[in-house]
Amino acid sequence: MASNNYDVIVIGAGVVGSLVARALSRYKLRILLIEKESDVGAGTTAANSAIVHAGYDPVPGSLKATLNVAGNRLWDALASDLDFAFDRRGDYVVATGEQEIPHLRALVERGRRNGVLGLTIISGDEMRHREPHINPGVSAALFAATGGICDPFAITVAAAENAVMNGVTLLLETAFEEFVIERERIVAVKTTRGTFGCRWAVNAAGLFSDEVMHHAGVRPEFTITPRRGEYLVLDKAEITIETVLFPVPTPVSKGIVVAATTHGNIVIGPTAHEIDDRQDTEVTRIGLEQVWQGTAKLVPGLDRRHVIATFAGLRAAGNARCETPGVDYDHDFVVEIPQNVAGFVNLGGIESPGLTSAPAIAERVVQMLKDAGERLEERPDWNPVRPARPRFRDLSRQEQAQLVRRDPRYGRIVCRCETVMEGEIVAEIHAPIPARTYDALKRRTWLGTGRCQGAFDTPRVVSILARELGLSPLEVTKKGPGSELLVRPTKSGAGMVGRE
Amino acid sequence: MAKRTVDVAVIGSGPGGLAAAIAAKKEGAGNVLVVERDVEMGGILLQCIHHGFGTEILGADLPGPAYAQRFEQEAISLGVETLLDTMVLDITPTRQIVAASESSGLLEVQARSIVLAMGCRERTRAQITLPGARPAGVYTAGMAQRFVNVEGFVPGRRIVILGSGDIGMIMARRLTFEGAKVARVVEIMPFLSGLMRNYVQCLLDFDIPLQLGHTISRIIGRRRVEAVEVVQVDDQWRPVPGTEEIIPCDTLLLSVGLIPENELSRNVGVALDPVTGGPYVDERFETTMPGIFAAGNVVHVYDLVDWVTEAGYVAGKHAARFAAGDRAGQLDYVRLEAGENVRYVVPHVLTRDQLPGESIKLQMRARQPIEKPVWVELRDGEKRLIRRAERYARPGEMLTLVLPERSYEDVRQAETLTVNVLER
Repeated sequence: MASNNYDVIVIGAGVVGSLVARALSRYKLRILLIEKESDVGAGTTAANSAIVHAGYDPVPGSLKATLNVAGNRLWDALASDLDFAFDRRGDYVVATGEQEIPHLRALVERGRRNGVLGLTIISGDEMRHREPHINPGVSAALFAATGGICDPFAITVAAAENAVMNGVTLLLETAFEEFVIERERIVAVKTTRGTFGCRWAVNAAGLFSDEVMHHAGVRPEFTITPRRGEYLVLDKAEITIETVLFPVPTPVSKGIVVAATTHGNIVIGPTAHEIDDRQDTEVTRIGLEQVWQGTAKLVPGLDRRHVIATFAGLRAAGNARCETPGVDYDHDFVVEIPQNVAGFVNLGGIESPGLTSAPAIAERVVQMLKDAGERLEERPDWNPVRPARPRFRDLSRQEQAQLVRRDPRYGRIVCRCETVMEGEIVAEIHAPIPARTYDALKRRTWLGTGRCQGAFDTPRVVSILARELGLSPLEVTKKGPGSELLVRPTKSGAGMVGRE
Repeated sequence: MAKRTVDVAVIGSGPGGLAAAIAAKKEGAGNVLVVERDVEMGGILLQCIHHGFGTEILGADLPGPAYAQRFEQEAISLGVETLLDTMVLDITPTRQIVAASESSGLLEVQARSIVLAMGCRERTRAQITLPGARPAGVYTAGMAQRFVNVEGFVPGRRIVILGSGDIGMIMARRLTFEGAKVARVVEIMPFLSGLMRNYVQCLLDFDIPLQLGHTISRIIGRRRVEAVEVVQVDDQWRPVPGTEEIIPCDTLLLSVGLIPENELSRNVGVALDPVTGGPYVDERFETTMPGIFAAGNVVHVYDLVDWVTEAGYVAGKHAARFAAGDRAGQLDYVRLEAGENVRYVVPHVLTRDQLPGESIKLQMRARQPIEKPVWVELRDGEKRLIRRAERYARPGEMLTLVLPERSYEDVRQAETLTVNVLER
């Protein structure tokens, strides 16, 4: 079956898999990107600190250090090509008390060894001047000019869309089951939607990357230990923090961060708890309390009444030994073409700084394929540019007026807190990767993320999704099958008052 | 961008907005424009198909849509203009309004005075820090009400409700009518937060258990709610270990309070009271921004719609007077303070020299329930101006103290007046 055969199958459409698929779409390859969830970027990608790290934190000599610094440099060009929110506004590591200042110097030194540019130590006064709401007890701070913030889902959907625009086939709700291996070569991938032949399979399965590589017979000792991080999101009306504030790190964690988001809120977190269940993204009373206590060290004035959302994400923490001689580090990324099976690109343990590193990982995958003898021929028609669709709230009044004239649906409000119009929602439902669930629309347009958390928009979004997709409202889901929002019509029948 | 000028612009056509528009017109305002984001007038009343509206001021017991219709018809017959399906995006301090609609695009309205009547929104899961998973099936009670009463869909089969607010209790009954099983209503406080009449008519009459002094400590379920964990709380609202109980359900409704909807107010610079969540207002419902008035649940959350309508009348009348240029210069205020067992009192201030030619209603909420006779009193230090006897004081039921014209002289003498709710 020729139509079921691909040159490359990428397993997992998180930020890494989507960027790998996009990087490979530049070449004359038939590429399939599979994802078990109902949308791209639905796992670890969607729930993290949304920070593009400068690179002073990873252990020098590790793959994490190399790919962090290399990845950080790729973000500007990528944001310009793919038109997603990225803002290199710098980050700070904040020392309180004299005893923490030596830690800053150690970080500067580590950053220099990692090749990070633009690291300076500023005084407590200067820090208080730059972020007036900071703990007045700040003694000094490390400023990293190359740190930034982004919308991690936005880069992922943009990359996946650009891949699809360049011919990649994306199959959602398609879970990896096993490899078909013949003569020590992967020749096909079995999924919940059938078997697909391939010459190369790329493991970008994130939290499940250990299981996938074990199916290929690779690194049987490698395991992912999910480490849950809980977060709180604060309302825009809260005091403003312009950048990213880290405490002085501990041996196990970068600590509780207070960070601006590209959407104008403040996010605080994460905790770090090892758990067994790879899907357990519950938030806990204890975890949220830890976030508050950690936050008080950095910005004591934050007010609990301004919390508008809580969430938790899982870090795909691995146990791979760093392969650089002389570096003693046991939690490095795995980015390799293993020796013991052919046709396999293995990416595993991509935890923080995985988001920052993802563009560099994608480039390295291309290089590894070339090094493995793959003749990659560029497609003359490859288009690296993906324009974002208009966001009503970001436009000038004049542009808004023009947009409504062109398409009156941009004049109808659906989400009042975030000012999302019906036209934006319809555009996302008919985009290169159609948004088919409530959460898919939420992540793309930011509807339902404000103070009312969807109380106003949900009934409206359900009816728009049903209308545009030709579904009954009973079939509309929050995040795919099993998450239907409604259970049956009322006794007097649907649309009693009758609108739309 | 289309531009026009009006005397009074009213934002929102719920009961507060409609009453303001009617009163403004009756007071002689030339053109009065109501801007409504939904496709018809009436606001949240349209999804409140239960009875209980109008008992105080109409002497009739109407369902929400019928109540709204009376005022809608009156407004239209008086010549009030409306812009439906139109969302106000911004207000400026000089009272320019920018709005968007599907039919007319972006438009600009210059108003001589504005009445804010945006109502309120529901408190959400995050605001009460509800731990657990984030599956489908967690809704605010008002969202569920819209699904059932407007869209015609039932959101769940087995339901637990957190919070004994009025909408939650009303939805407990409504969903029972629709064949759903309401397993329990859980309330963190040791007392009811909504009206006693709703407890009797919506829970007791349908054998729906109400569990006071408990909360939900965990939501369970990956894709759709599968269960919730209920736990007893101590007097600091902390969970009591060992009292956890798992209740299977597919839906959790939240009825944990309402918050005035003041994004537009905040953006234009209207000062907001952190206790009510609404603008600081004087007895005419003028905010801290000259010519910008506010009426109804946007000021503070009422228990009965009748009082919202009354407040709308007051705001609309004074908005019309402001639009007509009837305004003395700088205003001097007498402060009103929430005293013993009073969470807040509205209005926040009284104008020393502009008190209207009629009595003024002071409306307040008690902090703690007192299930025996109480005095509601107004004092200027040692001097008691007025007091009124009530049979009880409950946080879920608003208390009213009427300030008669004969007390105005005392008011003018005062710097600060204090309202107390005391055991008799």
